[in-house]
Amino acid sequence: MTRHLLIKIGEALLALWGVVTIVFFVSRVLGDPTVLLLPLGAEQAQIDALRSSLGLDRPLAEQYVVSLLSMLRGDFGISFQHMRPAMDVVLERMPATMLLAGTALLFGTLFGAVAGSIAALKRGTASEMIVMIGALLGQATPVFWLGIMLILLFSVELGWLPTGGSGSIAHLVLPGITLAFFVTASIARLLRSSLLEVMREDYVRTARSKGLMPRTVFLWHIARNALIPVVTMIGIIAGELLGGSVVIETVFAWPGVGRIIMQAIQAQDFPVIQAGVALVATIFIIINLLVDLLYSLLDPRIRRK
Amino acid sequence: MKSFFHALLKSRAGLLGFILLLIFVIAAIAAPWLGLPSPTRSNILARMTPPTWTGLFSPGAHPLGTDELGRDMLSRIVHGSRVTLTIASTAVVLGGVVGVLLGIIAGYYRGILDRILMRIVDIQLALPLMLLALLVVAALGPSTQNLIIVLALTSWLRYARVIRGQVLALREREFVLSAHAIGAGTWRIILRHLLPNVLTPALVIGTLELARIIIMDAALSFLGLGVQPPNPSWGRMLSDGRVYISTAWWIVTFPGLAILLTVLSVNLLGDWLRDYFDPKLRTLR
Repeated sequence: MTRHLLIKIGEALLALWGVVTIVFFVSRVLGDPTVLLLPLGAEQAQIDALRSSLGLDRPLAEQYVVSLLSMLRGDFGISFQHMRPAMDVVLERMPATMLLAGTALLFGTLFGAVAGSIAALKRGTASEMIVMIGALLGQATPVFWLGIMLILLFSVELGWLPTGGSGSIAHLVLPGITLAFFVTASIARLLRSSLLEVMREDYVRTARSKGLMPRTVFLWHIARNALIPVVTMIGIIAGELLGGSVVIETVFAWPGVGRIIMQAIQAQDFPVIQAGVALVATIFIIINLLVDLLYSLLDPRIRRK
Repeated sequence: MKSFFHALLKSRAGLLGFILLLIFVIAAIAAPWLGLPSPTRSNILARMTPPTWTGLFSPGAHPLGTDELGRDMLSRIVHGSRVTLTIASTAVVLGGVVGVLLGIIAGYYRGILDRILMRIVDIQLALPLMLLALLVVAALGPSTQNLIIVLALTSWLRYARVIRGQVLALREREFVLSAHAIGAGTWRIILRHLLPNVLTPALVIGTLELARIIIMDAALSFLGLGVQPPNPSWGRMLSDGRVYISTAWWIVTFPGLAILLTVLSVNLLGDWLRDYFDPKLRTLR
């Protein structure tokens, strides 16, 4: 198990290096920030001076090695827009993003697990119909549109909740519901089909025929095995919530990492893009590491390989 | 083929999805010949006209209203489906072919090839797909071709990872082991025993992916990184209409409904396809 853990950690570090490398090269293609930083009609000498002070006149390979080394120390350079360390700018926004994504993941998984189990256990009933129609709608609805519709209803028409911003529980309600709806739908749908698949297995029939309580069969023989794909799904959903923060935070003016990355892309603020993406990727990698470990706890076949 | 359509006609959800999708596909193909007003011609005098159903077939009617520049919403949504469906279906096919092949190869051969492939998948999966798409579109510039590449790039690994997992389990199953034992070659095992068994999951992933890609395409347009104006795109219509949310609800409502219905139809059809192609699941019903 220790060996398995070490391998997984090594893989995680490799993934992190890959992400930082992708981000470095992609963001260098984005364009020349000096054009944006200096007033129109700036002297060539001024441009050159700024370029060299930012290190942009160095060969690409040198810039890469220098960047990589400083990134290891958590130093992503000074934000062109904010004129302070890029990592600080991004870190400040992290709690807001985590709060929103965490809330959605928690409630979405809970509701999804309950709804998915009901749909699988009550096959052919109205409950299954309702869950499946809800899940189908939830998976087909673009989150940003759902967000806009909720704003239209609860903020513009009814005036109950703020249209955007942050600072109180009321501000969390609409973006939270929007994201949780999507999570619930994904989990419910997957868990239902996963449960139905496991229920057909021979060992479930064996367990039933040797007279075990239906609850014991469900918890120990069905649910335990049906949860394996769901655990993987939660990892994928966490990534979608973190990446999707760019969209949802734009809709609700939520001051999180997604919004600052979007602003940085528009302003070609390389250090903030790098710091933001690296931070989000690191969190996501840690989540996936946990998912992997949980996976091997649930499925001993994988651990022994 | 006959029994396929016979079965489709008997399933309510599958048929509904099929008909809905068919309507969108026909609308997308026939968009220029439907007699709709131009989707790009603005008419400032008719800006933000609410939807009206009286005199539906008279020349100046706007059944879904007009946007902030007085352009006909219905026409823009129909022309938008053309753009969206072309981009999304191309990206799904591209990502699916690459992903399934790489997934089978990785799962069957294991060893170093599998390790390298899965490492690439892991590295890419460590970057949330939306961020990757955003980065690449921002770097390459928003064009239709770049959009397709980016969307396929976010898609192939979904197939590869799941199919690899399936193949890892399949290759230990009795029918594959016995195929080995009677001396079947590698390619025969891959094509005759593994591929047919992963087509169903690939199809299910494919429909989910088509749905996800339509939504991601809309999200990128929403952020201003999709198909560029004046070409109509559903996501862009939503983001442009957001400013007028308190006075003109229809501008933000209808493009989203179009996305919702398209994705819903794809999912309904996909679910039915899965049940149809998986006889084990079908006998349960």
